[in-house]
Amino acid sequence: MSEGIGARVKRKEDKRFITGKGKYTDDIRMENQAYAAFVRSPHAHARVNGIDASDAEGMEGVIAVLTGAELKADGIGNLICGWAISSKDGSPMNMGPWSALATDRVRYVGDAVAVVIAESPTLARRAAEKVAVDYEELPAVAHADKALAKGAPQVHDNAPGNLIYDWGIGEEAATDAALAASAHVTEMHITNNRLSPNPMEPRSAVATFDESEDHYTLYTTSQNPHVARLVLSAFYNVAPEHKLRVIAPDVGGGFGSKIYIYPEEITCLWASMKTKRSVKWTADRSEAFMTDAHGRDHITTAKMGFDKDGRITGFKVDTIANFGAYMSLFSSAVPTYLYATLLSGQYNIANIYANVRAVYTNTVPVDAYRGAGRPEACYLIERMMETAARELGLDAAELRRRNFITQFPHQTPVIMAYDVGDFGGNLDKAQKAANVAGFPARKAEAARRGKLRGLGYSCYIEACGIAPSAAVGSLGAGVGLWESAEVRVNPVGTIEILTGSHSHGQGHETTFAQIVADRFGVPINNVSIVHGDTDKVQMGMGTYGSRSGAVGMSAIVKAMDKVEAKIRKIAAHQLEASEDDIVIEGGEVKVAGTDKKMAWHEVGLAAYTAHNLPAGMEPGLKEGAFYDPVNFTFPAGCYIAEVEVDPDTGVTKIVQFTAADDFGTIINPNIVEGQVHGGVAQGIGQAMLESVVYTDDGQLLTGSYMDYAMPRADDVPFYTIEHNTTVCPNNPLGIKGCGEAGAIGAPPAVINAITDAIGSNDLSMPATPARVWAAISAARPRVAAE
Amino acid sequence: MADITVTVNGKAMRRSVPDHTLLSEFLRETLRLTGTHVGCDTSQCGACVVHVDGRAVKSCTTLAASVDGAAVTTIEGIASGSDLHPMQAAFNDHHGLQCGFCTPGMIMSGIDMVNRYKAEGRALTPDAIRHELEGNICRCTGYHNIVKAIEDAAGRMTSMATAAE
Repeated sequence: MSEGIGARVKRKEDKRFITGKGKYTDDIRMENQAYAAFVRSPHAHARVNGIDASDAEGMEGVIAVLTGAELKADGIGNLICGWAISSKDGSPMNMGPWSALATDRVRYVGDAVAVVIAESPTLARRAAEKVAVDYEELPAVAHADKALAKGAPQVHDNAPGNLIYDWGIGEEAATDAALAASAHVTEMHITNNRLSPNPMEPRSAVATFDESEDHYTLYTTSQNPHVARLVLSAFYNVAPEHKLRVIAPDVGGGFGSKIYIYPEEITCLWASMKTKRSVKWTADRSEAFMTDAHGRDHITTAKMGFDKDGRITGFKVDTIANFGAYMSLFSSAVPTYLYATLLSGQYNIANIYANVRAVYTNTVPVDAYRGAGRPEACYLIERMMETAARELGLDAAELRRRNFITQFPHQTPVIMAYDVGDFGGNLDKAQKAANVAGFPARKAEAARRGKLRGLGYSCYIEACGIAPSAAVGSLGAGVGLWESAEVRVNPVGTIEILTGSHSHGQGHETTFAQIVADRFGVPINNVSIVHGDTDKVQMGMGTYGSRSGAVGMSAIVKAMDKVEAKIRKIAAHQLEASEDDIVIEGGEVKVAGTDKKMAWHEVGLAAYTAHNLPAGMEPGLKEGAFYDPVNFTFPAGCYIAEVEVDPDTGVTKIVQFTAADDFGTIINPNIVEGQVHGGVAQGIGQAMLESVVYTDDGQLLTGSYMDYAMPRADDVPFYTIEHNTTVCPNNPLGIKGCGEAGAIGAPPAVINAITDAIGSNDLSMPATPARVWAAISAARPRVAAE
Repeated sequence: MADITVTVNGKAMRRSVPDHTLLSEFLRETLRLTGTHVGCDTSQCGACVVHVDGRAVKSCTTLAASVDGAAVTTIEGIASGSDLHPMQAAFNDHHGLQCGFCTPGMIMSGIDMVNRYKAEGRALTPDAIRHELEGNICRCTGYHNIVKAIEDAAGRMTSMATAAE
């Protein structure tokens, strides 16, 4: 079928975007709309002794200046982290209070203390500058290792030593013993650099309070509007759920940063009630750098032991994770259940132990960013493997092959049970596509041009399709991670799919329609996808963790099963046949082996006219379903980067990038490959360009695109993409998910390629020309000065 | 206040705007042409690119007052009725967009670079496209399909121009 599963269908949603008719939050304009500007701390850490807003309040066009004291007085609750993690000693995590508007203390540059509501955005900003805040500066700390040092400034009173939790997983004694008995131990000190997610659309919110109905409407840049409503209602006391509608219209990218409910949305909702005006706020890019949750920021020491045959005996990991000034919504889960549970990688490792310490610093809160924990795990494992291969004098691919898991299902020592995979097959495909056999000749040719050419591998695995509700509940999650769907067949046979997933670039309007077309044989143009509005879709958990395919589409399939069952009954009744003989194909409902049939739309019409339905059947053709996954899914693959380094300048060019991914069933290869392209570009960005930089005392140095190096078109190559499919056995479509793979798999491939080229393992991300040049210089044998 | 006479997407108009009004603000807020986006505050991301007298400019750093007497074309003004501009069609054909936020700027920059290279008789190679996209940032696509789309559209625009001659 040309539009069904596996078809390279062009996207249905493109038309509005390529004609400038997309409807993003900042494009919304309400009647009687006012504008918010936040008064933000210029200090990383300070006591707030007072706020004098009189000058601002006196300005013409200023409607109100509101502070945290009023917010608190109105009962608006503190922001929360929704995943409880306990320390090894059983003590609960130390969650410090986070008010949407700080009252007595600010803890990072950008922490908001007040909001100005005015008749125009310009006026609101000018007035915000007139709000005088009496700050008493306090010592600050920005880096995680320094935050743990004795005598470090204390970010929260209830977190002594800035420690949020000291968590462990696996068997420490057994791992120590395995390492002690190893023929070789590779030890590395690895930093995973802090990143800013940077969706191109800055966050925005438009809040409206309808006094006559006691009802709020919030348009916002969210990946999960239902979770936003739940949290705003249940924890922040903004309004009960039935009095709060959250709409996430077109959203310009998320990458994790739009999962969370931020102080600005809470404040806009509350301010709309206070001022009786619609209140709009849109971040500028500097504000985005200062307030959007950052990602990564780990410091790790790790040891990996090998026996005399190069088989891994044990893996011990000690990680410090920087959480920033407050615990963001899912922050606690990222360096624990999304990181340490993936430390087995693609390898048979009998003994693993990981210790993770989460710490507060005076920086922007850190939470899930594309990959979330899994890139940190993959980077660590894959750099260890490459380094170990070099130390052992083994080919890097061969060392991996010796250790690949080949039997499935496979229970790792760190919770995860891999269901299916073909790791050797992924590596074969990648090696062939990258023409690894021809690499020595290419390296020699590059050398003749004075360039250092290197090749690096990364064999990544991730846990996606997040997640089985009972399993995550037992690990501390505050929510279930199922998805919901409703399939509505209209009387004329067109179909509406209501989904709790949210599309902000993923192309759901096309792929979700494709699975319906595949099932019922209707054209995708007769299927529309409804999402992103809590008034239209009852409930949903949203889009992140590569879950819209594996979980969201599974819910649609489950609802389609119910619709199909009813269609069979109606058709069997009308065509005087057995239900079992009814087949649905090519837009018709037929009796197998006969010429008896109904057109697709005739079934819909029959269901709604209800003139001739089986006895006792309810009219209508609409079914809903909740789908709760039984396991995570495990996308895996092999990435090979090939680079050329100019030894005189350290300038590095990626000359070839090959990805061989196993995503399970692929609905639309165009869209899946697009996800890989974008993910790999973000991974290359982390490896070579991007880094959020703070001074030791917490001043943000990378607050704009002048300072934070985003990947541009000439920083990345064309990508070669291969698929090696093993079908996921645990969901109806066999999907594993593809959204995060690129960002997870690419960084170690790039760094392994550069370190291969320069002959030194001592290189940190981002591998800027200066760092590469310094690494080359340090590795070069010293020539006597005289 | 500045009184300006300007043609936007072929429609002549007179407007009075505060002196500090940016062209992006004028288009989005005064004319409600919200296809032009603002993604940064340092003139780096290019989501705001429009054409002024046929040349690509970043509307976030152009004063509305400075386009007095000029013809401005935005993403809303490049299709001919229901016929998409070849650059728009190529972005759809090559899956050159995901979230769509940077897309208007990419398309406007793409048209501009094709026209410039053609006028200068230079070949718009994939490397040249990547270089020309220095001022347009996309976070979703990894640029692969954007480069392919612009390359394809360049061919379509040239053959259309040839056919018209």
